[in-house]
Amino acid sequence: MEHVILFLIFAVIAVVAAINLVLQSHPISSALSLVGVMGALALIYLQLGGEFIASAQLIVYAGAIMVLFIFVIMLLNAGTERKMKRNLWVKYGGLPLMALFIGVVAYVIERMLPPSPGGLFGNMTHGNPQEIGRLLFQQYLLPFEVTSILILIAILGAVVLARKEIE
Amino acid sequence: MPPIPESVPFTWYLILSAILFTLGIAGFLFRRNVITVFMSIELMLNAVNLSFIAFSYKFKQPDGHIFSFFVMVVAAAEAAVGLAIILTIFKNRQTLEIDEVSSLKD
Amino acid sequence: MNFYIVSLIKSALVAFVLLTALAYIQWVERKVLAHIQLRIGPRRVGPHGLLQPLADVIKLLTKEDMIPSHVNKFFYLLAPFLAVMFALISIAVIPFGTEVKIGNFTTPMQLTDLNVGVLFILGLSGIGVYGVALAGWASNNKYALIGGLRSSAQMISYELPMAMAIAAPLLLLNSLSFRELVDGQAGFYLGFIPKWSIFHGPFPQIVSFIIFLIAAFAETNRVPFDLPEAENELVAGFHTEYGSMKFAAFFMAEYANMVTVSCVAVLLFLGGWQPLWPAEYGSGFLPTLILGISGLVCLYHGMNPARPMDRFTLPVFGVVFLGLAGVFLIPAIAPMLLPLFWFLSKVGVVLFIYIWIRGTLPRFRYDQLMSFAWTVMFPLAIVNLFITALMVALN
Repeated sequence: MEHVILFLIFAVIAVVAAINLVLQSHPISSALSLVGVMGALALIYLQLGGEFIASAQLIVYAGAIMVLFIFVIMLLNAGTERKMKRNLWVKYGGLPLMALFIGVVAYVIERMLPPSPGGLFGNMTHGNPQEIGRLLFQQYLLPFEVTSILILIAILGAVVLARKEIE
Repeated sequence: MPPIPESVPFTWYLILSAILFTLGIAGFLFRRNVITVFMSIELMLNAVNLSFIAFSYKFKQPDGHIFSFFVMVVAAAEAAVGLAIILTIFKNRQTLEIDEVSSLKD
Repeated sequence: MNFYIVSLIKSALVAFVLLTALAYIQWVERKVLAHIQLRIGPRRVGPHGLLQPLADVIKLLTKEDMIPSHVNKFFYLLAPFLAVMFALISIAVIPFGTEVKIGNFTTPMQLTDLNVGVLFILGLSGIGVYGVALAGWASNNKYALIGGLRSSAQMISYELPMAMAIAAPLLLLNSLSFRELVDGQAGFYLGFIPKWSIFHGPFPQIVSFIIFLIAAFAETNRVPFDLPEAENELVAGFHTEYGSMKFAAFFMAEYANMVTVSCVAVLLFLGGWQPLWPAEYGSGFLPTLILGISGLVCLYHGMNPARPMDRFTLPVFGVVFLGLAGVFLIPAIAPMLLPLFWFLSKVGVVLFIYIWIRGTLPRFRYDQLMSFAWTVMFPLAIVNLFITALMVALN
């Protein structure tokens, strides 16, 4: 039972932080809400037995990518967004349509998914770094090496784009 | 008050993933600051990661974790290049609203 | 239920000891720096200045807690909270010794033994950047903003060589959990050289240790890398606008980071709680010997003291040290206390190195610091990791 309570706590934190991200007007508040979402998701991954992915989420996503976002927001001195006039459809139809979409998706998932094991902490033991390392270096070696080239391309792109123009 | 189940029903993970994905789409479509739009894209990627890990739990195979790892790597590369593009846009147009950078020429 | 109660008791004990130790590390630092600079340091508050941390705490608590009017209140208050929280959480995975046996109840001397403990510490040091960056930004002050950005850029630049320097002994020891790392460093070569990582074949990790220490200095913003927060640079860096208890929070976070990084260095490279020479040659009597000699020296100097107050305080210290020396001889608790003694003395040596370097080296300029990270440390760490992997693969 405590598994369900823990999952509900972290799920509620994730959804509230995501709503905060969409509703806040200052980008820094949105960025910190996104860090909150990532933290809550990392804890849910721990419950699903993915300790390596939970640590990678904290180290890579929350600890490096979001710090990059916060640097850019601070450097650009982004201010709060102006409120703008919205279409009537958007103002009064947006939220109900979103709720309807989520309801349809939830209904389809409940109906169509075959019976699956419930989420219990400790039920899946294959997410440890040894297994993931073994898979990464044996079966998925080609995508692993290709992503290293991808990161190299990204570094080159970022350096070229952010360079000062030489007059 | 319905009885609390003893383990988390599997569909709840997928529904949480769907909710986060929808909120990401809402942020992507309705916000005007280009950095917030970018962050909504990251939220969508996180929701998809949760789906991968949940299905990997269902089949008790770590392949979903590998996919999730590659999604994270691609998100990192995309964030680096995307933020460099945003910095260049800001340098050239002095604005961060996507409505005003909608034409290719100045 | 038993598990929850034991965890609560252990957490309370570790938190209490850690917070007291943080205050007293500051005393040690002031005394050691003073003696390096040929002066005495605090000596008025209590014998030898031992109550100086208490006086500092009372001063910081009773100062007026002011919030400037031009700051962004929510983030201004959130930043020191985040800094302290993530600095203190990292102690949860550090093992201090083997096991504690009381009656028929055993518990390891560690709050939690995560099997990805090393990744946990790396993740927390990445998230610890947020406290600094937010403090600089929320202060609405251009000097604080530049100081905050510089400090956080420095911290994330040095995370890379630190992570690679951590990865090298992991190749030799094959685990990510701290307890298994220390257990892999047990034993002796040739009967007397300990199997710590810095002596471990096939490739002794001395270069990794040096890279890790240098990167750790930069991560915790200590001299020679403390340009973003030094007092004569940029007013005071990212904590310009903070006073009283919030400033104390940043200070505490810095010392807690220092303690965590020293503990990680000892666990990964210096063998954790493994003794320096085998127990059959008498390494079990080392704490008794050291404490006994200190006690006797204190008693001797108490007879003809340099200052009249020392006629009373030095014999008291002497008796306390002799009592502690006796405690290490009790056969029931000596096996529990001995690993703890080795671990704490090694952490003390690393902290002394921190303070020693603070008293000796000048500080780097910011561009020198950043180019050192990317052009010297990072390639050196990659080459070191490559050579380690090569030597492990060839065996």
